[in-house]
Amino acid sequence: MLKTLKRALLLSLALITPAVAETFVFTAIPDADETKLRERFQSVADYLSQKLDVDVRYVPVKDYAAAVSAFRNNQVQLAWFGGLSGVQARALVPGSRAIAQGKEDTQFVSYFIAHKSTGIEKSDSLPDAVKGKTFTFGSKGSTSGRLMPEYYIREAFGESPDDVFSRVGFSGNHSRTIRLVEAGTYEIGALNYAVWDSEMEAGTIDTDKVKVIWQTPPYQDYQWTIRGDVDERYGDGFIEKVQTALVEMKDPELLGKFPRSEFIPASNDDYDSIRNTAEEIGIID
Amino acid sequence: MMASASVRISLLFVAIGLLSLFFADIAITSINPWKDLTALFIGIVTPDFLSLQGMGTALLRTIAFAFTGVALGSVSGFLLALAFRWRVVRMFSAFIRAIHELFWALIFLQFFGFHPLTGVLAIAIPYAGIFAKVYSDILDEVDPTPARVLPAGTSTFSAFLYARVPDALPHLATYTAYRLECGLRSSAVLGFVGLPTLGFYLESSFSQGFYSEVGALLILFYVLIATLRFWARPRLVPFYIIAAPFFLGDGLPIVWGNVVRFFTEDIVPSPIRNGDGIAGLATWLSELTLHEALPGIWNTLVLTQVALVLTGICTLIAFPLISRHFGGPKRRGIGHILLVIARSTPEYMLAYILLQLWGPSMLPAIVALALHNGGIIGHLIGKRSNEIRLRPDAPQGCDRYHYELLPRLYRPFIAFLLYRWEIIMRETAILGILGIYTLGFYVDSAIQNIQFDRAMVLILITASLNILVDTISRRVRQHLKLRTSVTCEGH
Repeated sequence: MLKTLKRALLLSLALITPAVAETFVFTAIPDADETKLRERFQSVADYLSQKLDVDVRYVPVKDYAAAVSAFRNNQVQLAWFGGLSGVQARALVPGSRAIAQGKEDTQFVSYFIAHKSTGIEKSDSLPDAVKGKTFTFGSKGSTSGRLMPEYYIREAFGESPDDVFSRVGFSGNHSRTIRLVEAGTYEIGALNYAVWDSEMEAGTIDTDKVKVIWQTPPYQDYQWTIRGDVDERYGDGFIEKVQTALVEMKDPELLGKFPRSEFIPASNDDYDSIRNTAEEIGIID
Repeated sequence: MMASASVRISLLFVAIGLLSLFFADIAITSINPWKDLTALFIGIVTPDFLSLQGMGTALLRTIAFAFTGVALGSVSGFLLALAFRWRVVRMFSAFIRAIHELFWALIFLQFFGFHPLTGVLAIAIPYAGIFAKVYSDILDEVDPTPARVLPAGTSTFSAFLYARVPDALPHLATYTAYRLECGLRSSAVLGFVGLPTLGFYLESSFSQGFYSEVGALLILFYVLIATLRFWARPRLVPFYIIAAPFFLGDGLPIVWGNVVRFFTEDIVPSPIRNGDGIAGLATWLSELTLHEALPGIWNTLVLTQVALVLTGICTLIAFPLISRHFGGPKRRGIGHILLVIARSTPEYMLAYILLQLWGPSMLPAIVALALHNGGIIGHLIGKRSNEIRLRPDAPQGCDRYHYELLPRLYRPFIAFLLYRWEIIMRETAILGILGIYTLGFYVDSAIQNIQFDRAMVLILITASLNILVDTISRRVRQHLKLRTSVTCEGH
């Protein structure tokens, strides 16, 4: 009697335990508003889950370093990084690879924007008039909101941002940089051009208050980076499968949420110049 | 003029505060600071409880982290309190409580990641240090008579259990209940670094300008704290504690290799890791000290001293609001609500909000610290004033305030302020994460650059600074012969 009961119990236990398939977890640097990120990456999770035949889960994080740490700690296996965070992450995880980037990411730029009260007009070089104004970067770990703007500020003035501007802040993300300059909390800001353009299109920027005053030269930015050890966990050729899935993402609605026109294959070497810039500024040892 | 010692000390603090104010950067840089403030106010009075997904879960997680963390901290703190006569235990407790919850969370995030353990330990560890100190104070102050009448040969354990615990128990319980309220605040704030509590949603809603959601979240939070004594009944607490760990959520699995790596590689100073030897380490340390530690310490000190004086001013304005010596029950009711809001809003949240509205300077931090701490001390002093009986023919209004109440309340007022001094400093350091150049700013920058060795050195410096201020504050209190009942010190 007891034996039968035991057997029945074991059997039912086996039945209710789902086939153990490891969930594939990814994250992304929080470069825009939370709501937008959730919409964007939940659709990516659904898409990848269907293409890869594994459970895919998106985990939101609050800052860039948290995205890098989660990737390094193998709590996520894939991440949508910026140029700089990708370089940092790959340096920390041997064997990890940049596998895809947006077509736009090969020619990425930052915009410098100014509140109208400054009276600064758009020009072909970083205007001298920004000197002594208040200025905000995006996140401390951002490529288009911190690294490249800082690089070009130093190039233009031969001084650190702290010396060029009367006040330097870090807004946290690109959407917030727009809001803060629009409100006049800071007079000048630097941000990711794609976030600006998509907000312009959506009509959420008050163009009477804030405008673009300079555009940096192009550089490499965002990319999908995957851990090298995922093949062991999810089966041989998994990296290639993920890469193919990303590159074959053609749904304009999905791509529009990034916003990118398409994803193309990328490699670690594409980001050498970003690494050099970061070393020059001292963000990377 | 024959000023008393406490007046001389106050004047000294005011002088230091004014001097610091001279160095402090308190500009409002935002062009239209009041526009957003109006929008925020409108948002708060038109709360939107429906649009926010996951608000219920966030509330549940906030409570679960608070209960689990405070319970764990309380048990560990009690054990530490029993061994408190050993210097090493006292130093250990002082050290763990000198590091703010958010710093602990930032440390654990690096190797536990988004696992519930990160949040639980971030609350439990500093709270254990605080509990250890306060519990040991309480146990030391129990009436020694019962212990004296015990028969010879009573074991130490029995003596402790029967002669000391019964007398101390009500005080221990009151203090623990008070810490639970603090635990809820800490738990909510942990959301700002990514744990799934109220702060997570508050930060998202605020940064997107969804002020009606912000309003809803804040109101929920105030209601949660204001009703604490109704739903956290002593008899129900054990059930909450047992249930809480099951409501922490899953997070992501811990990879233990990361823990080892953190302690054996990440926090080892990079010159040693790279084999640059002692000379390399010296350069590294001096560069870190010159460019980050010293400016951080300076700004932390300046901001703390200004905030401390302004806290005192806020207290003196706030306490009559709830004192029965001024006005009737209706006005006092409003006063109570105002003070509950002031002390329930964590300074971190308040500073975050003001920073968005006024732009980056020390001003938002100073105002946030003064309002929050002024609310706490104002509440305690107000309660104290209600114990004072005045003669029926005592003067009214201003004269009553200046000549009757203030002289009687001045010593506890100074005592509470000195108690909060170290807390204000701990909080000042952490506000750097929001972008004010105190020590927390440099800690956050190091973490953002994935340089945990630098972050650890800076956190240790912050902790030493807190211990130093704590020591000075204790000396000053001894010098003034100040004593306050520990159960309501409001650590």
